[in-house]
Amino acid sequence: MGLNRRAWLRRAAGWGCAPLVAACSPPRPLGNPDPDAAPIARPVVDIGYRFLRPAEVAFVDAAVSRLIPADELGPGAAEAGVTVFIDRQLDGAYGKAVDWYMQAPFGHGSEQQGYQLPARPAELYRAAIRGIDDHCRGTFGNRVFARLDAHEQDALLHALEDGDSDVPAAHGKSFFKMLWQNTQEGYFADPMYGGNRGFAGWRLVGFPGPRYNYVAEIRQWGQPYGEPPVGVLGRDWRRRQPGMT
Amino acid sequence: MTTRLPEVEVVLVGFGWTAAIMGHELASAGLKVLALERGPWRETVPQFATTHVQDELRYAVRHALFEKPARETLTFRNSPDQAALPMRHLGSFFPAAGVGGAGVHWNGQTWRFLPTDFRIRTHTEQRYGKRFIPEGMTIQDWGVTYDDLEPCYDRFEYLCGISGQAGNVQGTVQPGGNPFEGPRARGYPLPPLARSFGTVKFDAAAREAGFRPFPCPAANTSQAYRNPLGVQMGVCTFCGYCEWFACGNYSKSSPQTTILPVLLQNPNFSYRTECDVTRVLVDKAAKRATGVVYVDGQGREIEQPAQLVILCAFAQHNVHLMLLSGIGTPYDPQAGTGVIGRNYAYQITSSVDVFQDDITNPYMGAGALGQAIDEFNGDNFDHGPEGFVGGGYIALWTTGGRPILQQADVPEGTPKWGAEWKRARAENYQRVLKIATHGSVMSYRDAYLDLDPTYRDVYGNPLLRMTFDFHDNEHRMSRFLTDKAALIAHEMRPRSIKKNYRDGHYSIVPYQTTHNTGGAAMGDDPKTSAVNRYLQSWDVPNVFVLGSSVFPQNAGYNPTGTVGALAFWAADAIKQRYRPNPGPLVEA
Repeated sequence: MGLNRRAWLRRAAGWGCAPLVAACSPPRPLGNPDPDAAPIARPVVDIGYRFLRPAEVAFVDAAVSRLIPADELGPGAAEAGVTVFIDRQLDGAYGKAVDWYMQAPFGHGSEQQGYQLPARPAELYRAAIRGIDDHCRGTFGNRVFARLDAHEQDALLHALEDGDSDVPAAHGKSFFKMLWQNTQEGYFADPMYGGNRGFAGWRLVGFPGPRYNYVAEIRQWGQPYGEPPVGVLGRDWRRRQPGMT
Repeated sequence: MTTRLPEVEVVLVGFGWTAAIMGHELASAGLKVLALERGPWRETVPQFATTHVQDELRYAVRHALFEKPARETLTFRNSPDQAALPMRHLGSFFPAAGVGGAGVHWNGQTWRFLPTDFRIRTHTEQRYGKRFIPEGMTIQDWGVTYDDLEPCYDRFEYLCGISGQAGNVQGTVQPGGNPFEGPRARGYPLPPLARSFGTVKFDAAAREAGFRPFPCPAANTSQAYRNPLGVQMGVCTFCGYCEWFACGNYSKSSPQTTILPVLLQNPNFSYRTECDVTRVLVDKAAKRATGVVYVDGQGREIEQPAQLVILCAFAQHNVHLMLLSGIGTPYDPQAGTGVIGRNYAYQITSSVDVFQDDITNPYMGAGALGQAIDEFNGDNFDHGPEGFVGGGYIALWTTGGRPILQQADVPEGTPKWGAEWKRARAENYQRVLKIATHGSVMSYRDAYLDLDPTYRDVYGNPLLRMTFDFHDNEHRMSRFLTDKAALIAHEMRPRSIKKNYRDGHYSIVPYQTTHNTGGAAMGDDPKTSAVNRYLQSWDVPNVFVLGSSVFPQNAGYNPTGTVGALAFWAADAIKQRYRPNPGPLVEA
């Protein structure tokens, strides 16, 4: 009990005392504009990265390519834009844990008590990636994770998932869980968030996207639906937006 | 500095289902009513428009409509010898914030509890003997009966426009309905929803297994509907975005789609949003409430005097407010005394995944589009050989195919990620059917709510502390239900099935259900209940408590039907009994 945020941040990756995400600010007064009331999420303009640094982009590209690889079934997570998705999520309310209860003290609880680290998601990514790459350099002849071969990467991801203490990265198990969750989110979320590019995730499984009306089709038991995927912003919204690719 | 406003006759804390019902009933009877809602104003247009509401990431994953733990959360532990820790982000359950409450984001699964559920202790002791109820289980009769509530269930179902097939009308069992349900005065207002392929397959398999399946009662409209208040709803289009989403189509019953258009025109009714009630004010003897204190959107503290205070917040928030305000005696689990926080309960869910070969188009769905069997709910079967109390329904719901969180099950032995996982998801998204079990949870001496000694909310108030675990009775009951569900699964002639038992300790992490109950139990005895049979505080008679916080234990059904019925029941008591003669409606 009693581990405070600053101590955790120092311990996690030897950063000195400069947290990378703005320190905890009190929740906004209730009367302020409610971001949830915005009529529509702002679509991601996928040029460059806002939170991830180049070495972190390389790590996330490599890791999500192992979690959901490109193969004969279709694009993998990296090709579908999941790295951009994760970058924007970490740069936004999720990465900063705006909605989370982040008051001290931070105790070590049981599995049933859930996430108790003082790190917000963006902080956990930064610390964990640095820790994993440091470990890889020391163990694999000065190569970072992104430079390992696929078998080595898979073995390391399994070690993180299992909480293997041979990987002295900051809270590898919690990080793996978050990374895998975010990878699936990016692969299957509406493309306006930067992932699921070309509806890669939805095409893989056969989800036609959010549609309004299946009154006739619901009774056609066992028949394929057949219409191609469409997103909240339509099918070709990228072409209509200035600055979109 | 606290600003004191002029007194109102009635203040409602919260503005979800129960406040909307109570507000309409009391304002229509001529009382001046004010509702205080902690969250924002929400209306079908523009907030719920189908042009943006069908966004799984924003609503289902990032929880846009729910309460924010940064502002208000609780601490949790499995047992009293553990240190409780805060629920730092939402997990096991999703309370709402905002006008309409959880009525905005629910699925619409609208059940009645069984007649025996309301007299569970008396009934269990009569049928199985006193020793059948295990040590430490603190179940009790509700103080109301099914017959008391039948007209109230009826009013809620006709308010909502429930789609369904009656199983028992005035004692006559109806073909195609739930033969185990209590007698109802009349059928549902709308016929059942069109069936999905999954529910068709479940229906056939359940019959093969010897059960009597029926369409689940749905607050999703199978036809256009005009309710008794004159509010109109459109037909559900099976878009597959009900639970955790708001409906943009006026086809899921909610305060917005059934009451507010009328209520907001009533000059006796007013409401304020972004007003977070932090205390009920009571006099020195703690015998009379004088109003409430809230913090408004600008952070100002406001005192709102009122003659009658009705707690309509989410289950545990009502209890939190009572504990912070000194209404009633806090429960002491060691001594077994006190009532506020006593008998917190939940539900226990499990499932069986059925991997079969037909394409099921799972994304064509509605929140309460399901087919169920009720052979193993409540006391619909002989518990003697089983040795546990309680039960639940077994159902196949087609609520949608939102691909981040739904239809994500893969056969046993599939790696958790990588190429094989990807192939399994591609193969099974369209083909996996999930049979769900929805089990009751009894109340126990060591399952309760109190104030946390360490952690505080955004106003500096102690957080509520939840001490809860599943007990052996529930584990055995849930395993029993899961094995029965597997019998139906096998009749679907699947490639494989996967039984997902709910074993081990209760965890606050994975979503299970927002059917939290208890903490302000109703009953006949002030030593074991916080409110009497009219939902009136035994200690402070001008405080009423609504919602599932008054359930003395939980049943094997979704609670909203009973929550709605109890709101009408309490409204009648206030109008007909309390108003002419303010004071305790039941002598302690």
